[in-house]
Amino acid sequence: MSNASTKPKAGVPNPLQWLGSATLGMLAEIGRLSIFTGKTIGASFSPRWYPAQIIRQMIAIGFYSLPVVGLSAVFIGAALALNIYSGGSRFGAEQFVPNIVVLGITRELGVTITGLMLAGRVSAGIAAEIGAMRVTEQIDALKTLSANPFRYLYAPRFLAGILTLPILVLIADIIGVMGGWAVSTMGLGFDSTTYLRNTVDFLTWEDVTVGLIKAVVFGGVIAILGCYHGDKSSAGATGVGRAATFAMVGAAVLILAFNYLISTLLVDFGS
Amino acid sequence: MSSGPLLELKDVHKSFGPKQVLKGVNLDVSPGKSLVVLGGSGSGKSVMLKNALGLMTPDQGQILFDGDDVTHDQGKTREAMRARIGMLFQSAALFDSLTVWENIAFRLLNSDGLKRKEAKERAVESLKQVRLGSDVADLTPAEISGGMQKRVGLARAIVSKPELIFFDEPTTGLDPITADAINDLIVEQTKALGAAAISITHDMASARKIADEIAMLFEGKIIWRGPASEIDHSGNDHVDQFVHGRADGPIQPAL
Ligand SMILES: Nc1ncnc2c1ncn2[C@@H]1O[C@H](COP(=O)(O)OP(=O)(O)OP(=O)(O)O)[C@@H](O)[C@H]1O
Ligand SMILES: [Mg+2]
Repeated sequence: MSNASTKPKAGVPNPLQWLGSATLGMLAEIGRLSIFTGKTIGASFSPRWYPAQIIRQMIAIGFYSLPVVGLSAVFIGAALALNIYSGGSRFGAEQFVPNIVVLGITRELGVTITGLMLAGRVSAGIAAEIGAMRVTEQIDALKTLSANPFRYLYAPRFLAGILTLPILVLIADIIGVMGGWAVSTMGLGFDSTTYLRNTVDFLTWEDVTVGLIKAVVFGGVIAILGCYHGDKSSAGATGVGRAATFAMVGAAVLILAFNYLISTLLVDFGS
Repeated sequence: MSSGPLLELKDVHKSFGPKQVLKGVNLDVSPGKSLVVLGGSGSGKSVMLKNALGLMTPDQGQILFDGDDVTHDQGKTREAMRARIGMLFQSAALFDSLTVWENIAFRLLNSDGLKRKEAKERAVESLKQVRLGSDVADLTPAEISGGMQKRVGLARAIVSKPELIFFDEPTTGLDPITADAINDLIVEQTKALGAAAISITHDMASARKIADEIAMLFEGKIIWRGPASEIDHSGNDHVDQFVHGRADGPIQPAL
């Protein structure tokens, strides 16, 4: 056998070639995801709608997420209060705990924690459900019965996502602030009324709306990533499992990226 | 309605990456006739049906339905075509989030706009036609057996009185007695509707029972086609080997 073969050996990838094909693959993926997103949004804002499906998804995505969102928020709020207290005490700023807790929760933590928890619970769940429907030919069956999967399956999930996330985030904000309040009054010696007054005085509508705008975007991301990966799921349990993983990881990364992007656009750095 | 074939596949090609599955399939079925397509596992039978239904788009070639080229139809025109077609999937493909009757009545509820009460009556009537009692109507697909799922799938395919029905391996995975009952139902219901049928199978008993005509798909093409009565003297080695289920012959088992 000739050892001067110019053919690259299989299994030893040329790094440049690998980088090139990975980049192309990623661009193609972004393109497909964008088309899918466009079709989903188009189907969401034009008739016909399936109200029963929308309500069902709002319950699945919104109502059943309350425990996980509530628990996450209370612990985040509590931990935030502790950290601000101990950090702030280094320069005599521990009295700002209520202000910084409410700012951090409403602007950042309430919405990101809710988004990330739902990337796990909802996005992966949707991907697994749609993926199972894909591999058992239910999506094909839907089409043969003259129903469009974008209208019947994806739009209801998208609408439920963008409608329920803001509500969940409001709840997370309230519970998160209460978590901070509980720790501060029971463990750090704050006076309950003063703490709450400081919280309310410091709270601005803008902080809350920034969080809610993010919530709408995150709700869309969570639903679309779940539907997209489920829709292109390949056969078998591994295919469906992979779809769920990709949906969750993709949604989580996009949520963090959009969180940064929206903060840059909406937060007023001036004055 | 034109007097020609109801459905026609012309030179249909379909590949997945480097893998050529269909390499120029020509096939047609006339109104009211029952055509059975034989072919080994993985020979592309399901892919052929999915192309015919527009669930996949051929890379090359045409699909004609009732004389119209529907190969690239989308949206409303595609839905209008599908409203005239019923399909029984290989895996039954019942919606597991809906009850049995909601599955059967899916099209009636979601596109024909029937009231739930009326739709349920039609579904129960359809269940009766496939010899299932109204007691299964409110169960979910997970609560019924595989053979019952096939029957429900059949009921769903016939409930809106289609002109053409596709059966993808209607008897696979069923015991011989249940399989025979399904075959009987297919013959009975297509006759009752006067519908054309294209069935895919590798079950010879089923083919003999439901076919007016038989075609054989091999290496991406239809290599033989003839009346069901001629299947035993087709004069084609591939068909012979398939009919008699021999491992040696021109067709190599896909192992
Ligand atoms: N969506 C797809 N993507 C890639 N390859 C596919 C796809 N669908 C089918 N194939 C390939 O096409 C070939 C034919 O598949 P098909 O399902 O049509 O076989 P079949 O004749 O119906 O077999 P069986 O009798 O086992 O159902 C297989 O090799 C399969 O791997
Ligand atoms: Mg098949």
